[in-house]
Amino acid sequence: MPLLRISDLRTYFQTPQGVARAVDGVTLEVEPGEVLGIVGESGCGKSVLALSILRLLPMPPAFFAGGEILFEGRNLMTLSAEGIRKIRGNDISMIFQEPMAALNPVFTIGNQLAEVFRAHQGLSGGKSWQQSIEMLGMVRVPSPEMRVREYPYQLSGGMRQRVMIAIALACRPKLLIADEPTTALDVTIQAQILELMSELRRELGTAIIMITHDLGVIAETAHRVMVMYMGKVMEEAPTLELFDRPLHPYTRGLMRAIPSVAVTATTGELYEIPGVVPGLLARPSGCSFNPRCPMAQEICIDQEPVLREIRPGHRAACWFAEHVGNS
Amino acid sequence: MSAILDVRNLVKHFPVRRGILGGERRYVRAVDGVSFTVGSQETLGLVGESGCGKSTVGRTILRLLAPTSGEVWFRGRNILALGEEEVRSLRREMQIVFQDPFGALNPRLTVEQIVGEPLKNHGIGNRRERREKVEEALTMVGLLPEHLKRFPHEFSGGQRQRIGIARALVLRPRLVVADEPVSALDVSVQAQVLNLIARLQRELRLSIMLISHDLGVVRHISRRVAVMYLGEIVEVAPAGDLYGNPLHPYTQALLSAVPVPNPRLAKKRIVLAGDVPSPIDPPSGCRFHPRCPRRMEICPVEPPKTRQVALGHLVACHLYDTQGEMWIPPAPGGRESQEPM
Repeated sequence: MPLLRISDLRTYFQTPQGVARAVDGVTLEVEPGEVLGIVGESGCGKSVLALSILRLLPMPPAFFAGGEILFEGRNLMTLSAEGIRKIRGNDISMIFQEPMAALNPVFTIGNQLAEVFRAHQGLSGGKSWQQSIEMLGMVRVPSPEMRVREYPYQLSGGMRQRVMIAIALACRPKLLIADEPTTALDVTIQAQILELMSELRRELGTAIIMITHDLGVIAETAHRVMVMYMGKVMEEAPTLELFDRPLHPYTRGLMRAIPSVAVTATTGELYEIPGVVPGLLARPSGCSFNPRCPMAQEICIDQEPVLREIRPGHRAACWFAEHVGNS
Repeated sequence: MSAILDVRNLVKHFPVRRGILGGERRYVRAVDGVSFTVGSQETLGLVGESGCGKSTVGRTILRLLAPTSGEVWFRGRNILALGEEEVRSLRREMQIVFQDPFGALNPRLTVEQIVGEPLKNHGIGNRRERREKVEEALTMVGLLPEHLKRFPHEFSGGQRQRIGIARALVLRPRLVVADEPVSALDVSVQAQVLNLIARLQRELRLSIMLISHDLGVVRHISRRVAVMYLGEIVEVAPAGDLYGNPLHPYTQALLSAVPVPNPRLAKKRIVLAGDVPSPIDPPSGCRFHPRCPRRMEICPVEPPKTRQVALGHLVACHLYDTQGEMWIPPAPGGRESQEPM
């Protein structure tokens, strides 16, 4: 049984101008210990999807318009407030892009870590403090017994993200949702954090949903990848398969638009995906990507393609996926 | 190739406020003796991580910040020795494009006013002529004349960056400093703006100093690349050499740290230990030595000299002490430098 199974999730927002369909019929599964990468540009719904899982969105204006979110068989969508609170931190936890915003500036690192152990595991003051130091050591914070007394502002961005990971993993959750965890960090620090995350995943067996705009991060961390655009899944495949054989014109465009440092990469004109992402309230008819798609035909404007399996384990929502795959 | 910009031993220290009890005055040594040139019609990439001083270099060159010491020769004149009035007129030839397309444009002004502002400031043309120049600049960056009367909030991030570029180009400068011009943009739009910058560079024969933390972006449109660490340039080389054969251990680590969108490319990653030290009290000797995987005994003791180890490939690292020849920034005097750095 998959650890997490989301089917046909629809998270919409009520706005004065109409209903914005931020997540519009997303289906996914995460197996225990697996890293699922979700990639897409700003506004594609990847963060709303993540926040939906833990019910962290303000409702209203957000509301669930359909679907279900099953975590170990329990539907998180209909769970009581108390029930979802127990899931958060214990079974599923989350780390964000900006660790400074997620940490409380007026409490020491130790206070904030110890609180997790007190609240979730009912540990005493002394024991929770000891656990906090151990946890900081686990995320490779140097001299944890000193750092534990420091405040967030005294730490560098990389150290703060380590602390966030320590807090997130304190209760040994089965699933970690990481929303752009390294986007605010410099590349050498990003490398440290990605390495730490993959070590901890191997040690603890935590499944990870890795949300990012960076296909490089995806290529290096994920077992399986989902590409999102305007709230919908455009393509989904095992990582190697996706990079070897992208079947959706959007995925293909993204891959060709990235300026790479690889020696083998060509320089010169980069591939451009024409135009911009339309607003969620101005969703094109048919396939959402059709106005920017180099392959769009009449059918793409008339009818929305469904996500279908083209090759084993490889699904794409494009009328011409077979054709893209062969070209 | 003659240099349009020749920067020599540029230093910029920011004073740090003293505590209540005073004590010794301390400085953030943001830029600490940087020398390089930008050739005519060349794009030079300046890369480094946050806090390495790359943006301070860009701003000091344009005299948006007053340098602590050093020389910046632009077309034969030392900008740092000029008076305010002369600097003002020189700004016609040197422009900057900023990172944040949201913060850099005045939300109360129309596109016509924003792009036309530099013309007005420099007293160029009458109203009709200015409008023509603005329209021309907008066309160059792929915007339409009908956009003239609109306000910044009506545009997407990519279009705003185009407006920022139009404003920088309306005076037809010779040198453009582009400070993280695509960092705020999504991948699909980033490619559009990068291609635009590359095209404008060719068509308008611009010299560009491209400042970025993104090694992929820099590789794509730069002819030469300089790598900064803690206020110093550690390596400069033609782009192909720098990416194909990086010599400085910091450049090697930086390149190996970039996640490559190709899962079949098994990379040997050099993961650097620790964080970048504070520029207030930088490490002795080579500033990279506390994090360097190839540290030697000499490294904490003596700062490495910059050496030219291949044509146009300069590196400041003790590993190359016996290779190539020592490179010394040319003496002051405004002559064209012989070797581009």
